[in-house]
Amino acid sequence: MLYAVAVFAPLLGALTAGLFGPYIGDKASQAVTILLMVVAAICGTLSFLPFLDGEGLPGTVSLGTWMQVEGFHVEWALRYDTLSAVMVAMVTFIATLIHIYSVGYMSHDATIPRFFGYLSLFTFAMLMLVTADNLVQLFFGWEGVGLASYLLIGYWYDRPSACRAAMKAFIVNRVGDLFFAVGIALVFLLFGSVEFPEIFARVHEHVGDSYHVLGGTWHALEVIGVLLFLGAAGKSAQLGLHTWLPDAMEGPTPVSALIHAATMVTAGVFLMARMSPILEYAPHALGFIAFMGASTCLFAATIGCVQNDIKRIIAYSTCSQLGYMFIAAGVGAYQASIFHLFTHAFFKALLFLGAGSVIHAMSDEQDIRHMGGIWRKIPVTYAVMWVGSLALAGIPIFAGYYSKDAILEAAFARGNAVGFYGFLCGTVAAFLTAFYSWRLLILTFHGTSRATPEKLAHVHESPAVMLGPLVVLALGAVAAGFAFEGSFIGEGWLEFWRGSIVNAADNTVMHDMHHIPGIIGLLPTLVGLLGIALAYVMYVARPELPGRVAAAVPRVYDFVLNKWYFDELYDFIFVRPAVWLARTLWQVGDARMIDGIPNGIAALTTDSSAQVVRIQTGSIAVYAFTMLIGLVLLVSIFLLFR
Amino acid sequence: MTGVNAAGFPILSLLTWLPLVGGLFIMTVRGEESVVASNARWAALWTSLIVFAISLVLWAKFDISDPGFQFKESLSWMPEFGVGYRMGVDGISVLFVLLSTALTPICILASWDSITTRVREYMLAFLVLETMMVGMFAAQDFIVFYMFFEGVLIPMFLIIGVWGGPRRVYASFKFFLYTLAGSILMLLALLAIWYRAGTTDLAVLMQTPLPVGMQFWLFLAFFASFAVKVPMWPVHTWLPDAHVEAPTAGSVILAGVLLKMGAYGFFRFSLPMLPQASQQFAPFMFTLGVVAVIYTSLVALAQTDMKKLIAYSSVAHMGVVIIGIFTFNAQGLQGALFQMLSHGVVSAALFLCVGVVYDRIHTRDIARYGGLAQRMPAYAIVFMLFTMASVGLPGTAGFVGEFLVLVGAFKVSLYLAYLGSFGMILGAAYMLYLYRRVIFGVITRDDLRGILDLSPREVAVFAPLILLTLWMGIYPSSFTQFFDATVHAMVESHTAALAAPKLAGIAP
Repeated sequence: MLYAVAVFAPLLGALTAGLFGPYIGDKASQAVTILLMVVAAICGTLSFLPFLDGEGLPGTVSLGTWMQVEGFHVEWALRYDTLSAVMVAMVTFIATLIHIYSVGYMSHDATIPRFFGYLSLFTFAMLMLVTADNLVQLFFGWEGVGLASYLLIGYWYDRPSACRAAMKAFIVNRVGDLFFAVGIALVFLLFGSVEFPEIFARVHEHVGDSYHVLGGTWHALEVIGVLLFLGAAGKSAQLGLHTWLPDAMEGPTPVSALIHAATMVTAGVFLMARMSPILEYAPHALGFIAFMGASTCLFAATIGCVQNDIKRIIAYSTCSQLGYMFIAAGVGAYQASIFHLFTHAFFKALLFLGAGSVIHAMSDEQDIRHMGGIWRKIPVTYAVMWVGSLALAGIPIFAGYYSKDAILEAAFARGNAVGFYGFLCGTVAAFLTAFYSWRLLILTFHGTSRATPEKLAHVHESPAVMLGPLVVLALGAVAAGFAFEGSFIGEGWLEFWRGSIVNAADNTVMHDMHHIPGIIGLLPTLVGLLGIALAYVMYVARPELPGRVAAAVPRVYDFVLNKWYFDELYDFIFVRPAVWLARTLWQVGDARMIDGIPNGIAALTTDSSAQVVRIQTGSIAVYAFTMLIGLVLLVSIFLLFR
Repeated sequence: MTGVNAAGFPILSLLTWLPLVGGLFIMTVRGEESVVASNARWAALWTSLIVFAISLVLWAKFDISDPGFQFKESLSWMPEFGVGYRMGVDGISVLFVLLSTALTPICILASWDSITTRVREYMLAFLVLETMMVGMFAAQDFIVFYMFFEGVLIPMFLIIGVWGGPRRVYASFKFFLYTLAGSILMLLALLAIWYRAGTTDLAVLMQTPLPVGMQFWLFLAFFASFAVKVPMWPVHTWLPDAHVEAPTAGSVILAGVLLKMGAYGFFRFSLPMLPQASQQFAPFMFTLGVVAVIYTSLVALAQTDMKKLIAYSSVAHMGVVIIGIFTFNAQGLQGALFQMLSHGVVSAALFLCVGVVYDRIHTRDIARYGGLAQRMPAYAIVFMLFTMASVGLPGTAGFVGEFLVLVGAFKVSLYLAYLGSFGMILGAAYMLYLYRRVIFGVITRDDLRGILDLSPREVAVFAPLILLTLWMGIYPSSFTQFFDATVHAMVESHTAALAAPKLAGIAP
């Protein structure tokens, strides 16, 4: 019951603010949505606590039938197990803080009820996603998240760039969603059901099933794994389908925090963990997932190093961190990937909201080249940004340390080639992560200020309503790691997860990850410290270095600065041809060719009407002859019928 | 009249002919121009509302476990030819009768202020149209069906040709000639079937097997007629022109009901009567369906006219329906039926959305708009809802049909499912692009600065459609239960029919 309240309270808030906002006013809309979010967070946390003590009883809350077509049966139901409960607690908690923060951040906005309505809708869609008891309901939440993100990214709809980014996010997501939908259809074809309990119970029956596609015969479970991953890749911005994520920065900053921390991008990772019973029997799909995750992890980190927009840097860091989570899923350590998702939610929300506080202080300046020297003026923001960066870089005792190390250890412990690739990319990325985090900190807060005097004069600390959530998140970014390590991946993991995530009998990575050489365990921390040192050297000790490096390898620098030219590439191979094709099909295909025939006949008739007059000779013989032809035609058609 | 049906009175005939009675009443109205117009409006609205209220009896009394025809009526007409006035609805047609009776009052309400000339004749045309539509879906005799099927053309032709836009004559002739050309072949096929079976009773014909060789030709003849009506690529080009020139309500009924006639024909005739040929032609139909989805979605992307864009999107959505029909499995068929219903509601609503701004600014040029969200927040929400329904967002009507077809198509082939669902991506592209250009952005034109949000009358027009869209999306079982039994029987008899000749060893 509490559980259902946690899921539906945000919906109620969204509807109230969205439909009655203009009538009840800004204050009331904020109050209602926040109150309902607090209720949801309390209920969500209360539903989660029993699992932490190992006393939670998994179950389902049935809400009714959705679709019922000859064996294709889909229920509306809420699944209650450790995995869902973790997600519900985390999502409601983070989203509540973001709601509260938004009161301050959006205080000058013209349509406040709309904003809070969207935020709550976003939260609701994510909650439906994580509590789904079947794939189609998961897809409902999945698409709902897509809609809410579209609305929020395009919140400032008077900006063309925001509208474009919103559309891009929705359409790129849809590319992935199509694979996901096809994957669901394949699951139904194979299992005759889309309900989780039924699928998971019968996975072993279908291990040997094969499916014929792309000119080859594959294990059906492998095909499902790949299709679901391609869906997840869209939502979780993995390499190839990541292009929407940086552009999503066009939305207000609290939205970025919500997208990157609690809702949206974590959905793909969640899907991998949820489908672990199937993925465990799809080793090649898992290898593919780990490979893509590792590549994304490194790729995004390189871009993060050269970006100049404070939000973009953090956005690429999300992309990179998601890569880690997919590495973990790909090596079979789903628990570690959810653990990282959990800790990441705290420090990524913290970093974004902290960046929002900086932007707020700097009168909407986002370029770190025009900041600097402001740390004394905004000490609280400065302090929490440090905490967030320490957590992100994986420095000991901070949250990220526990989860990121666990992933790299698991990748190493897996002992196969792709696991090692993951370990390698992950370690290099850890170095880059530390480097760009401190580059951001130093350029934003330290040195002499590069801002205009007017902006500098305006710099002020944010109000308490914004700082409060920041401090709470900072506490989470410190404590979420060591407080939960024992349950998520430590000695208590079996009792904690209670089968909500499945590891196959031969998958012992959860055990092996704790038994790797000591130096391997230390490596991520060491490279992290090195990254910080490098940032110090380049931006404090020898500030002329970055320019010289960029000048020394201009091609490389441009390549990375321009995000590996993915946008240009897609524009060239997808967008332009589509636009060209659209015009051609319309103006040549439809207008000239298809319409050309009947219009041509019509023209021919008009032109030849003069001739037709001549045919009307009045001669009965001619008429009879014409009728005969008609009769022959008719009879021959009748004969052909036989 | 044989027996008493579940309603206790000849409900289908009443539903069919009552609008015509209302129309006759309107014709008798005399007096001053404005009084006549007002009376005609009210009379038409009340007639259509009463018809709708009566049609709800069908909803309540329909026996969902019976796959056959219900509420049957029968009068002998030309007994020597085996032709009779036979009415009846089964799971496939019953909801389309309701769709027709539900959309007609909405259309009349939507034309309340926008039609100012020849109001009496306009209302009359709509009521005649309702008679034809209901009769078409309720007909259980081939000849009766054919008469209504063709009869629909006449009022629609007039609605476009008299109350349409500047190129209305071109559009209405194109509409008429295209759809008529196909119908003639259907008449020929009809004669051939009657020649063999000696009756035109659909219930009997469905049980009469036809030789496979003959089926081949009959299928082509039916195809010629239905493909134009659907419309399927490449005979779809009449639709954008007709939509663009038609008045708003004309577009609504054209997209909402008339577009369903073709697909309904495939359901009613091609599938049950020509099982082997349908099976044989399935790959061909799939190809056309996929081409329709991708080709017309792309064309929609390039449009600069709001109505044309939505018209092209209709062709794409109907492509999905065609794919669903020819999968011959329960998910595909039910998905196709559901998609037809949901498209009937959603595309109707989208045309109404266009009508709202057209009534105010008198242009459909997308570039003339922009930034409407500032002045028309309620309109922006409504438009967003129907945009999302058109895109197939789960929780709206559009998703269920599309997804069921995807599942059904997957049983045939992964590629078919993938390509057939490509509208998921392209649909999102053209609909969001439309939405962005019309609703988002900043207002740059003076006439848009003073534009007013939805009026109470417009809210009343949209409210039932919003309700239906969400209802169909969240609890589609209320609707699918109607066609469950009939579709199940169809699938079974189709499978049986395909198995039969193989057993008998008859070569085609």
